[in-house]
Amino acid sequence: MYSEKVMEHFTQPRNVGEIENADGVGEVGNAKCGDIMRMYLKIDGDVITDVKFKTFGCGSAIASSSMATELIKGKTLKEAMELTNKAVADALDGLPPVKMHCSVLAEQAIKSALVDYSKKSGVKIEGLEDVDFDDEHLHDLPENEEE
Amino acid sequence: MDKMIYMDHSATTPVKKEVLQEMLPYFSEFYGNPSSVYQLSSKSKLAIDKAREQVAKGIGAKKNEIYFTGGGSEADNWAIKGIAYRHREKGNHIITSKIEHHAVLHTCEYLQKQGFEVTYLDVDEYGMVRLEELEAAIKENTILISIMFANNEIGTIQPIKEIGQIARKHKVLFHTDAVQAVGSLRIDVNEMNIDLLSMSAHKLYGPKGVGALYIRQGTRIDPLIAGGAQERNKRAGTENIAGIVGTGKAVELAYDNLEENNRKLIALRERLIKGIQDKIPHVRLNGHPEKRLPGNVNFCFQFIEGEALLLSLDMVGVAGSSGSACTSGSLDPSHVLLSIGLPHEIAHGSLRLSLGLANTEEEVDYVVDQLTGIVDRLRMMSPLYDKIQGGI
Ligand SMILES: Cc1ncc(COP(=O)(O)O)c(C=O)c1O
Repeated sequence: MYSEKVMEHFTQPRNVGEIENADGVGEVGNAKCGDIMRMYLKIDGDVITDVKFKTFGCGSAIASSSMATELIKGKTLKEAMELTNKAVADALDGLPPVKMHCSVLAEQAIKSALVDYSKKSGVKIEGLEDVDFDDEHLHDLPENEEE
Repeated sequence: MDKMIYMDHSATTPVKKEVLQEMLPYFSEFYGNPSSVYQLSSKSKLAIDKAREQVAKGIGAKKNEIYFTGGGSEADNWAIKGIAYRHREKGNHIITSKIEHHAVLHTCEYLQKQGFEVTYLDVDEYGMVRLEELEAAIKENTILISIMFANNEIGTIQPIKEIGQIARKHKVLFHTDAVQAVGSLRIDVNEMNIDLLSMSAHKLYGPKGVGALYIRQGTRIDPLIAGGAQERNKRAGTENIAGIVGTGKAVELAYDNLEENNRKLIALRERLIKGIQDKIPHVRLNGHPEKRLPGNVNFCFQFIEGEALLLSLDMVGVAGSSGSACTSGSLDPSHVLLSIGLPHEIAHGSLRLSLGLANTEEEVDYVVDQLTGIVDRLRMMSPLYDKIQGGI
């Protein structure tokens, strides 16, 4: 059901943990739906120097968190802003359709941490104001044939 | 351990060698259509007859009260739709429970669309139907009570005999989905006042896609599958002879060895439950502590999600199942876990390990060991866990 990449990131997730005195922390999802992601960012100037995550969720939620942290570590804020859920899913060699929301959650977790950083530091980050954190639509399942 | 440890016997079981042996001649050697007149087909006829006898004996029924079907789902559909349509002039109300298998629930939902009225009884924290509530739900127009014998997820065994008494007292027909119970529990349809009973062969070391419906003699019921005159005009279609032979043999074997098998399974079950409770904090045993299927173990592990647990177990060769949303393909965790009062976030972290005859104490100990490490690892990753650890 999952690609080898997903399984690899699930069994050996990168960047698990917390950052003390993180510059930005974001949490998205909720326990009721079965997935929560929390991201911690360490930011130096324009660059994300460290990133860690904690995730409650299924295999693909954990793998998506892990991959997302890999993709933004050492990158600029602008590059992090440009990370899409599709890029996370692609880097994992794809996710099953019902699990795509996990990659959306990963993208949102990063943006949510950036919002926190922006608030704390006063640094404006372009594009942040347009982010929609509503996760109602996250769980849209593929069309059911009946009804 | 490099071999797989299979602990998902409530999902399905392997076909026993003795069962397979009995089935094999009916594929290429005695392949005659039992409805034909020549000698070859009499072999098939006799084989079905013997299987019917074996199944009947297993549940204390008469031979002519057993009708073979294409599995448990068909038996459930037939029992409920067949009774509903035939007794419509008498009434249109059906009583069932919230923790039934989807084969029953979705059938009832379908009937609601056809104008039937359905009461879905709540269950208590152990998954037990409350007898007072059941009796209070019976109305003038109630035609059927359908309550499962034992639950497939949490293993809870219902007070079937008492339910049968209530049904009889109010002259309402009583159907029970006994797919998880046949071959695991002693059943006597007369003593328990059961009018219709569904069973499926693949849960008791028989083949998949074949099962039976017991219908008490004299019960009026519409057929579900129309066509030829097979199964005394009640279930059309050329018989799955090999499957039926396998069903009969599987039931016979299960009941010949029931006490011995159950002693073994219950010992393993208790070892597994105790092992988990002793080694892993923040767990909850789901289902009734005693009134549960011999091989059923179902736990919720707080702060983690069931699918991640299953994947991790699979990596170390252990096959189990979960009621988490991520494994059901829907948004909500299992309706059974929600019905026993679990909040969504707890229900997401469920694990069912259903034991079978080939499991051993070593396997149970290995699973407890692996599970301890896995749960720990997943909790270390969980933002819910550190909130607890941090005392927030
Ligand atoms: C309680 C219960 N009812 C019905 C069924 C359906 O049986 P089958 O798979 O033979 O259609 C199952 C098995 O999944 C079950 O556990």
